[in-house]
Amino acid sequence: MSTEDFDSTERKLLQSIVEVARHMFGAAAASIFLVDPETGELVFEAVSGEGEKELVGSRFPAGTGIAGWVATSGQPMVADDLQTTKFDHDAAESTGYVPATIMAAPLIRFEECVGVLEVLDRAESRSDLDDIELLGMFATQAACGLEFLLRVRQSTEPRSIDARAVLGRIGDRLPNGDGPRDVAALKLLALADELLSLS
Amino acid sequence: MTVTPTNPPPPLPPWRRAQRDHFPGVPAWGLATRRASPEPFEISRLETVNKEWAYGGADGTGVRVCVLDTGVQADHPQVGGLEASYQVVVDDGGKLSVAECEPHDPAGHGTACASVIRQVAPGSSISSLRVLTDGKNGSGDALLTGLRWAIEAGFDVINMSLSTTKSDFRHTLQELADRAYFRRCLLVAAAHNMPVLSFPWTFSSVVSVASHDQADPMTYFYNPSPPAEFHARGVKVPVAWAGGKVVRSTGNSFAAPHIAGICALILSKHPWLTPFQLKTVLYLAADNTADNITQNGEPDVH
Repeated sequence: MSTEDFDSTERKLLQSIVEVARHMFGAAAASIFLVDPETGELVFEAVSGEGEKELVGSRFPAGTGIAGWVATSGQPMVADDLQTTKFDHDAAESTGYVPATIMAAPLIRFEECVGVLEVLDRAESRSDLDDIELLGMFATQAACGLEFLLRVRQSTEPRSIDARAVLGRIGDRLPNGDGPRDVAALKLLALADELLSLS
Repeated sequence: MTVTPTNPPPPLPPWRRAQRDHFPGVPAWGLATRRASPEPFEISRLETVNKEWAYGGADGTGVRVCVLDTGVQADHPQVGGLEASYQVVVDDGGKLSVAECEPHDPAGHGTACASVIRQVAPGSSISSLRVLTDGKNGSGDALLTGLRWAIEAGFDVINMSLSTTKSDFRHTLQELADRAYFRRCLLVAAAHNMPVLSFPWTFSSVVSVASHDQADPMTYFYNPSPPAEFHARGVKVPVAWAGGKVVRSTGNSFAAPHIAGICALILSKHPWLTPFQLKTVLYLAADNTADNITQNGEPDVH
């Protein structure tokens, strides 16, 4: 698969996650944020339903608002009666749609929160306790899907390796065939030599 | 040869059952009392201990509670002031330490937790220690630094509506939980709302709390099938929110401070209880172990 294919599959997966999340709860909107590992910012990645699609790609400061808290704590939560409240700098509000209720769950991958799934103004609710559990389970499934995609991408992406630099480093500590590590390294070098001579 | 009929073995009590599946993807720890009553189980009563004995007439006076969270907005009417406000800071060399700070809370979560404690134990002294600063990696280090400091600072109760999923921190957190236990500093921690492995709420010396769906802030249940040991109010809880407002929030984060508040009440009346005695009193005064057992909020008539 090419990088473009991965990008397209990732986009479809993200969109599918928010579509399913919205339909599970008959919600006005669902959105997904991914944490930028460099800055900790939340990046608005996809939205289904109400909200400004052109805001996809915008960034929100780390640790603020409901999405920010869910990302830092790794705990899902529900907040009701928000319309009577002014909550500042919240990512959900910044999407252009002000909800009355927000439900949010973290996307956890490798013991770390990599994003937040939010459901705004759900209409079909069994109970808050059931909803939060269902969203938590769905977020886990969504995170597994993202993780899988990321693993495939990492295993197929050509890594930028400077061959001459690597050869230079190997030359500096040339294996002499003494220890088991040297034996293995020499075998690998011989194999590389053979492989390259084929082409 | 005659076969002697044997009685089937008695059913296993909840705490002796095979360990539940516990991996991401299975349901977590909620108790939906509208669908199923809390499960009955056998109880050894210490007859004199009940809610009245435990905290009747108490308001938490003299008990120092620390909220380990995103900070607390001290001037929120629902919080009603703090004893002190601290945060974990990083020096130029990357070393973490704890310093006093302005009582602010950019995320609003710590303020919400503090307001629940204030509602349950209005006389208690609440301090804030901000350990959740941003979404970046390394916030687990801030949590460890903050928790270590708070245990040594002599708080009676530490509310932790947070946990870490990073197994690297497990060993250190375990040591800190033991240290807290022996210093008579009770750690009250929210059970994770999701079925993932996280700490420190899963440690036995910690009082771990998940949510029930009843509306009474003083109703709580003992869970005979831990690790989430208690269920307290955690659904549609009115909590302090930014701008002096109150919002109804759901999550185990808001169940834990109910139990932290109840522990503050108990300690203000019985200041010399050790953490294991305190946990026993909590157990005996719970709504499903006390003299008048209530199920679904209705008295259980035998």
